[in-house]
Parts: sequence; structure tokens; C-alpha cells
Amino acid sequence: MALLEVNNLKTHFFTRSGVVKSVDGISFAIEKGEILGIVGESGAGKSITGFSILKLIDEPGKIVEGEILFDGVDLVQQDEKHMQRIRGNKISMIFQDPQTSLNPVITIGEQMMEAILYHHENVSRKEAFASCVEILKLVGLPAAHERMKSYPHQLSGGMKQRVVIAMALLNNPKLLIADEPTTALDVTIQAQILYLMKKLSRDFGSSLILITHDIAVVSQLCDKIAVMYAGRIVEYGSKEEIIFDPKHPYTKGLIECLPKLNDDKERLYQIPGIMPTLLNLPQGCYFKDRCELADSECDVYPEEQQLGERRVFCHKVK
Amino acid sequence: MIMKWFKNELLVEFFEDKMAVIGLVIFALLGILALAPSIFTYQNPYDLTQLFLENSFQAPNPNFILGTDEQGRDIYSAMLYGLRISLYVGLASTILSVIIGYTLGLISGYYGGWVDTIIMRIADIQLSFPAILIALIIMALWGEGVGKIIIAITVVNWVYYARTARGVVLSEKEKDYAQSARALGMSNFGIIFGEILPNTTAPIIVIATVRIANAIILEATLSFLGLGVPITEPSLGSLIANGYQVLFSGYWWASVFPGVLLMVLIISINLIGDRMRDIMNPRLKR
Repeated sequence: MALLEVNNLKTHFFTRSGVVKSVDGISFAIEKGEILGIVGESGAGKSITGFSILKLIDEPGKIVEGEILFDGVDLVQQDEKHMQRIRGNKISMIFQDPQTSLNPVITIGEQMMEAILYHHENVSRKEAFASCVEILKLVGLPAAHERMKSYPHQLSGGMKQRVVIAMALLNNPKLLIADEPTTALDVTIQAQILYLMKKLSRDFGSSLILITHDIAVVSQLCDKIAVMYAGRIVEYGSKEEIIFDPKHPYTKGLIECLPKLNDDKERLYQIPGIMPTLLNLPQGCYFKDRCELADSECDVYPEEQQLGERRVFCHKVK
Repeated sequence: MIMKWFKNELLVEFFEDKMAVIGLVIFALLGILALAPSIFTYQNPYDLTQLFLENSFQAPNPNFILGTDEQGRDIYSAMLYGLRISLYVGLASTILSVIIGYTLGLISGYYGGWVDTIIMRIADIQLSFPAILIALIIMALWGEGVGKIIIAITVVNWVYYARTARGVVLSEKEKDYAQSARALGMSNFGIIFGEILPNTTAPIIVIATVRIANAIILEATLSFLGLGVPITEPSLGSLIANGYQVLFSGYWWASVFPGVLLMVLIISINLIGDRMRDIMNPRLKR
């Protein structure tokens, strides 16, 4: 049985100007120890997918349909109390911006210990302190013991992200959701952090969902890839299938966009047009306006096609 | 934790301003005098066996440095005892209103919705009446008493803390650290009081310092109007009222000296409060 199985998940936002279908019927599964990458451009619903798994969706948003089976339990049906026991304990989340995801007026140590003490009543402060120092060393934070007394503003961005990752790993979660964990960092640190996350998830045996717009990151790290477009998954399969043999024109475009060092191109490829607004989605395939292959067939939203392990939604893939 | 934060930067900065230091010294001095008035006075003004009518209405002289009132009570001694009541009422009511107002403001701002609507509409209604009127009504209904006046001032003052706290929470709760606290599995209660509260203390401390002075004045006003503390435990306000009755008979010292002391007290608190506002608001820094 898969560790996490998301079936036909729909998270909609009921705004004054209409219903925004941020996540509209997506399905994927992740096994123990696996790394899944969710790729797509801004507004494709990647982050909302992550938040939905933890049920951190606020008004006016709501999970309207589907199930999120975690260890065989449907999280959609669970109440807030139960979710509080799962969050930070069995499922952890790493946020986009380490600069702001730490509390500015509380020391690193205090914040980390809180995360342990919150979930384990019988752990003493001393024990909590020790395990915090240990995990800070594990994520490669120099002078971990002294850093426990630091405030977030005394650390650099890379150090803060390490702290945030350490915090997420504190309670040995089975699943780690990382929402663009390296966007706010510079390129040299990015690689370090990504490598660290891969290593840690392997050592801890946790599964990892990596949410990113950067298909290069995904191609290095992930076992499986889900490509999202306008709230839906358009292509889903193993890394090899998707990176080396993309079928959906959108996935092809994304990979085409990557600069190649040995190519002597004047301009980078770009996918023409922009993603339609979620309030006003076109009839049929959402990608048809930007797709070179589109014709009258595409006025109907494509059915799921199974090609080996891969699932793809496109009329033009045969 | 908060104290450490103070020691490092803010306290040093506080002492960079001479006026604020003067204010703090005066306030500390008055505080010491008020804490143990019996050490610094030669008469307990409320022990009737120590009062002699032949000493009544004496102008300031070496025996009674600030003169006496109609019962031969030493004004200087009475002022220190009065100061104690005034400070007590001011501080106690401020602490109470901070606790109540702060909590309601945090809850109101964090949860929003109907909770917010109810708390803030009550605050609005209350703000639309003059503070003194509300306090007067409460005191008129309940009668005099130190405990009652503390409650009356609290009822008037909680609104300011509630509104301020709510405003700060509205912006703080949207920040990522509040969201990540939720993702760590913290309860709403834990997030409000463990995460958001430490980030909202600065404006509350500033307002509280300024409003201590306000609470003391409100108490003095009520006492002056005869609705404040009872005659047996007079504050500066009731001393002024008492002296005022004989002011035009030429016995000016009975009301002027308590008035001056009240003024000095208020000015010292305001000096501290102004400085607190300056150092806690990064935008006012030069």
C-alpha cells in the first residue's frame, strides 16, 4: 500500500468573483522513501496541493471532493484535533521563504524545542535540546550548540533554510512536503540544500514531495514527476519517462525551456501565451490556446491515457 | 526571553535620552516614596490619634513643611499616602485592562468573523461615549471603593489595548511563521499566545505606559468629583478636592501641593512613555 494516495482531490476557492478551481481532480500516489516532484508554473495549484494534504486550507477555500489516504486513513475526513497531531509529526512541511517562516522574536532553539515538546509530552526540555542540537549538526549548521540561542535575523538565508529543514525533520516525519524550498536561496546554496534533503529523506526513510517550478531541480532529485497545469495534472510518471521522453506538449515545452550549455542558441525557447486564469477556463483542453498541435479535437477535455507507468492527458498522444 | 531582548538593545537606547532618564528617576523616586510612605513621613495622616485640631490650617512651616489641612493633618504625609493609592489604582487598572484588552484583541484579530464583530462593536460603542461618562455611570451605580474604581477604569481602558492588539494580529497572522507553526501541528491557542503574542508586545508596552498616566488622571478626576476612593483611603485626587473647598479662604497649600505632585507624576510617566514609543518604533529612528 502506498504511503500517501491522493484520489481525485478537488480544492476550490469560493471567491466573490466566482469559484476558483485551484486543484481540480488530481490523483497521485507516493511510496515509502520515494521522492515525488510536482512541477508547474505559478498558479498551477502546486502549493495548494501541498496545503490540502495538511488541510491547511483557509476560508474561502475548501476541499470539495476526493480523498487523501495517508497510511490508509482518509485525512479529508479527519477533524482539526487529529490533524494537529499529524502536522509536524507524521507529515511536515517546509515553506518557500526561510526568511519569514521562522518567528523573528523567538530563538531558534526555543522554536525547535517547541516543535518536539508539542508532540511528545514525556520528553524533558534537556532531551529536546539535545536532539535539536543533534539534528542541527545533521543538516550541517556550524556551531549548532551556539546557534540554538540565536535569533533568526542573526542567521543567513541558507542557515535559516537549514534550520527550517531541521525543524521539519525533528519528529521523524513519514512524509515531508517541501514547497519551493530553494527559491529564496542563491544557486550555490540551492544545490547544497537539495542534496541535503535527498540525503536526509533517504537516511530517515521519509517520503518527499518536492513542489517546484524548476524542472531541472526535479530531474536531479525525484523518482516520480507530476506536471500540473491550471489545477490539473497533465502528465504523471517516472522521472525517466518524463524527462527523457516527454509526451504532453506542455511537458515538452517545459523541458525545451531549459538552457543547454552545449547548444549555441540565440534565444531560449518559450511556451507562447500565458496560463488561462482559473476563473475563466477555456472549453476543452486548458492548454489548447498555447499548443502547436491543437485542433478541433481539443475542444473536449482529453481522457486519461495510460502508457506504461505513465498517465497523460492529451488527444495528440497515441 | 523578552527581558534578554530588552537588556541587549532597547534599555541601552532608552538611556540615550536625558529627558527620559529624568522621567524614570523621578518616577522611581515617587515609586519608592509610595511603596513605604510610613518611613518617609512623621505622621500617619489617617490615624486619628495622631491628629490635633490645634494644628489645623497651618501654613508651610518647619514642623509641617507643606502645611496642614482643617483637621491638622500634615499635607506632606497625606500626599505620600495619597500617592500610594493613586499609583496603585493606576498600575492595577492598567495591568488588568492590558490582560483583558490584549487577550480579547488577540482572539478577535486571529479568529475574525463573528467573534471579531461582537468584540469590536462593543469596543466601538464604548469609544463613542466619553471615558469619564462611562466611569461616572459605573461609580454612581456601585458607589465608592478602591477595588470598584480599578474595575471602572479597566472597563474604560481595555478598548485601547484590544483595538491595538487586533490591528497588529491582523498583519502578524498572515506572516509565514504563523502558517508554519500551524504546519508544525500547533493549536490555535498555542499560535496566538506562543507565536503571535511575542511579536505584538512593542505597541502594547508603549500604549500601556502612556495610559498609566491616563488612568491616574481618570482616578483623580473621579475622586475630585467625589465618586472615587472613599474618604478613609484618599488619593491625590481626593486630597485636591478636599483642599479645593478651602482654596479661596487662602489655604492654598492644601490643594496646590497635591496638584503639583500629581502633575510631576504624570509628566514623569509621559516622558518615559514618549521615549518608549521612540525606541520601539523603528520608523521614528533618526
